Amino acid sequence: MSSTTTATEVEDDTTSSSTRSSTLSRSARWARRAPLLPALIFVIILTQVPMIVTLIISFTNWVAFRPDDRGFAGLDNYRAVFGDPEARSAVFVTIILTVTVVLASLLIGLGIALLLDRQFFGRGIVRTMMITPFLIVPVAAALVWKHALYNPSYGLFNGILRLLFGENAPTRDWISSNALIAIEVSLIWQWTPFMMLILLAGLQSRPMDVVEAARIDGANAWQIFFHMTLPHLRPYIELAGLLGAIYVVQNFDHVFTLTAGALGTANLPYHIYQTLLSAQDYGEASAAGVVTVFGTIIIAMFALKTAFSLFQEESR
Amino acid sequence: MSSTEQEDLTAGEQKKQEERVEEVQQMNRKPRSTSTIVFGLLAWLIGLTFVAPVLWMVLTSFHAETDAATRTPNFFAPLVLDGYRSFWNAGPLPPLINSATASLVSTALVILLAFPAAYALSIKRIDKWTDVMFFFLSTKMLPIVAAILPLYLIALELNLLDNIFTLVFLYTAMNLPIAIWMLQSFLAEVPVEMLEAAQVDGAGLIRTLVSVIAPVVMPGIAAAALICFIFSWNELLIARVLTSTVAGTAPVFLTGFVTSQGLFLAQVCAASVVISLPVLVAGFAAQDKLVQGLSMGAVK
Repeated sequence: MSSTTTATEVEDDTTSSSTRSSTLSRSARWARRAPLLPALIFVIILTQVPMIVTLIISFTNWVAFRPDDRGFAGLDNYRAVFGDPEARSAVFVTIILTVTVVLASLLIGLGIALLLDRQFFGRGIVRTMMITPFLIVPVAAALVWKHALYNPSYGLFNGILRLLFGENAPTRDWISSNALIAIEVSLIWQWTPFMMLILLAGLQSRPMDVVEAARIDGANAWQIFFHMTLPHLRPYIELAGLLGAIYVVQNFDHVFTLTAGALGTANLPYHIYQTLLSAQDYGEASAAGVVTVFGTIIIAMFALKTAFSLFQEESR
Repeated sequence: MSSTEQEDLTAGEQKKQEERVEEVQQMNRKPRSTSTIVFGLLAWLIGLTFVAPVLWMVLTSFHAETDAATRTPNFFAPLVLDGYRSFWNAGPLPPLINSATASLVSTALVILLAFPAAYALSIKRIDKWTDVMFFFLSTKMLPIVAAILPLYLIALELNLLDNIFTLVFLYTAMNLPIAIWMLQSFLAEVPVEMLEAAQVDGAGLIRTLVSVIAPVVMPGIAAAALICFIFSWNELLIARVLTSTVAGTAPVFLTGFVTSQGLFLAQVCAASVVISLPVLVAGFAAQDKLVQGLSMGAVK
């Protein structure tokens, strides 16, 4: 974080606009800030204040059923979070879920973006078909996957197996036999279009005549891909991966709908929701929330760095 | 890294462009090769695979319940509207209206707040404007779930639980950072001459924003609005915790729909189709805006 800030300041001092504005009078500076303030204050009140309250509650002993028993708890809630096997498992599940879904949808998305970058019959239609999964409301998508696709007795997957291999087909209960993978597949299905769209935009911003020139100079498809396409795509891959990670870390809808956190699939968002609603343990839920925030900050630092590099390129 | 790369490419580009034009044109005129056909077919296959669950959802929504829940898929069962009829009887109108209110009003608020903010971050820049930009971005990275308890307690205290305007404000805060980033990048491209002309005319801030800048950056505003609308329409966690019977949104209704009605596949599919429809229509109509919005304006 600190390195980002200093880099920002250095950048700021060298740009002409900030040297100009530093000579402005006090009132002129406030006049400049005025259009920003409503948005800034709004965001601070609705995002930072709750976070600070969460931090405070995480150090208190507060269970909703025992309202008179509130007091300072020190690090007890954090000890409870790290000592609670369910919470530890939630941390683990969150990491597995995020890494698997982001990597898989990035790779598949890249493959499809490369295909869609070529000329072929009906390219626009295929692109539209590819976007569709992303435009289904997540809860609806999770419901359809659970009941219409995964369901062991009338879901489409087993239905097709029975259609192909008869009644003795190797059918299975897709969710209970491998719950986490079932959630991951439905999430990959929804997030691949997101990755694909950003990577395709990256591919289409490539200077094509240079690629043609390289081809004429005798470069083969692999050489062009690894030495020209991939380096050009790198910022787009980073952007897609990190934005995807930010959303997938927070995923609640699919876990809630497909398994309701059962079968070892409760991730941190679901675990916190559960601690709040059923155990009503506000202290421990807040501590788990703070832990989630710290986990996200680690990802966020990479994301901020990426955003910063893209941002600099843009403002040049 | 990519800046030097880019410069190398442009240098190479200029050197080679003229002498290679003819050959390049020849390459482009080349008849369809087998690889084009193979890759085209592969793309179609993958596209169909990805859209298949959606097609199955739509098809099932038009089947009778008895045809929907069969052990082998019944692709050619007669099409009926029973699923939609039972969905309609479950009273989806209030949640749909709540969703529309929450997403449309919050999107309007987002644009109203983000537009002047983006102006102060791109045209008449404040000091340390990059720090402010990164502050906004960093709020996007804090998981909502970590703030949900205080939000619940505060709403409880202020008697704002199960109130649609609580959602409106929270969705506004949730989407403001995205919109500010997007609009900032669009406003930064407004030609300086245009702004100078407005200044000479003596236009104040509001007039400059509304009648000079807004028409130019309309595509950016549309992209920001689209993405804010989609994210608010889809949101489940906040709505689930902070609303119940009165202000429940369509996604909340959908989760309750299954548990209270038992499982009726066609009905669930019909509900999913109807609730996804606004997002599908908006997303298809503005595919390019979708990319701009998803990348927070970094990809244009």
